[in-house]
Amino acid sequence: MSSVYRNALRMFAVIMLLAGAVAVAQADDDEHEGGRRASVSNAKWQAECGSCHVAFPPRMLPAASWREMMSGLGKHFGTDASLEAPVALEIGAFLEKNAGTGKQEPTAKPQLRISETRWFVREHDEVPERVWKNPLVKSPANCAACHTRAESGDYRERNIRMPE
Amino acid sequence: MSRINTLLILLLVVMSGLAIQPALAETPNQILSAVESSAKTAPEFRGFSATRGEQFFKSTHGNDWSCASCHTEDPAGSGKHAKTNKVIKALAPSANAERLTDPAKVEKWFKRNCNDVLGRVCTPQEKGDVIAYLLTTRK
Repeated sequence: MSSVYRNALRMFAVIMLLAGAVAVAQADDDEHEGGRRASVSNAKWQAECGSCHVAFPPRMLPAASWREMMSGLGKHFGTDASLEAPVALEIGAFLEKNAGTGKQEPTAKPQLRISETRWFVREHDEVPERVWKNPLVKSPANCAACHTRAESGDYRERNIRMPE
Repeated sequence: MSRINTLLILLLVVMSGLAIQPALAETPNQILSAVESSAKTAPEFRGFSATRGEQFFKSTHGNDWSCASCHTEDPAGSGKHAKTNKVIKALAPSANAERLTDPAKVEKWFKRNCNDVLGRVCTPQEKGDVIAYLLTTRK
């Protein structure tokens, strides 16, 4: 192999590595907003979790939280959201596989309310009190009140419209 | 030979079509009949009543919620989840043809919602009354 050819190959490898690193950095940057990361989906998750509220993307909570959530659906934030075991198993596996990687104290009780996670509080610290109290919003679980494309897993800044 | 092959292929196509059919859909009346079969086991059963179903639907039964808290007093119109504000499609089959056609779905929601509204399961009599009421409401 000629040294010119070998150098070209080496350069190509370096460029590919750099491109990969940039892509990873961009994905991390927008992790919780569903920006550049492709949204994952599962038909049962969409149908079951999406019947009373937006089907919250798995990345919004760590695996331990989803495990705890799925084991207590009979009393799910004050309502009965129980599921047949096979359906619950499939949804639970999907949630844990695609769960967020947010760090939690290993000894702490898993957080179940997305709105109490550190990233949620930080991302929403500019939202004025009157928006939360707006009857059109009513609950922080009502993502679609402001995130107009939440139903399709898109929480990007550009698609936010706060109700007047 | 080639005719047999064609027949075989046709048969396979038809069979795969059958395999991907969704779970057997039923009509609201078939669902009501199934509820009636279990209601009949009570000796005092005298049939279902849409009027009683309506009262049941709109009552809070001593707790915070009624069925109407989310489904509104007009089951032929769309509702809203009392906690999350999520839109709930109309419950009356006259307004939403998908309603009361999937026995598993009907059972799942009666179990959950009776638990939320009454803190217990509903009796077949209560379920039948509510279904009878839903079948009388029109857009």
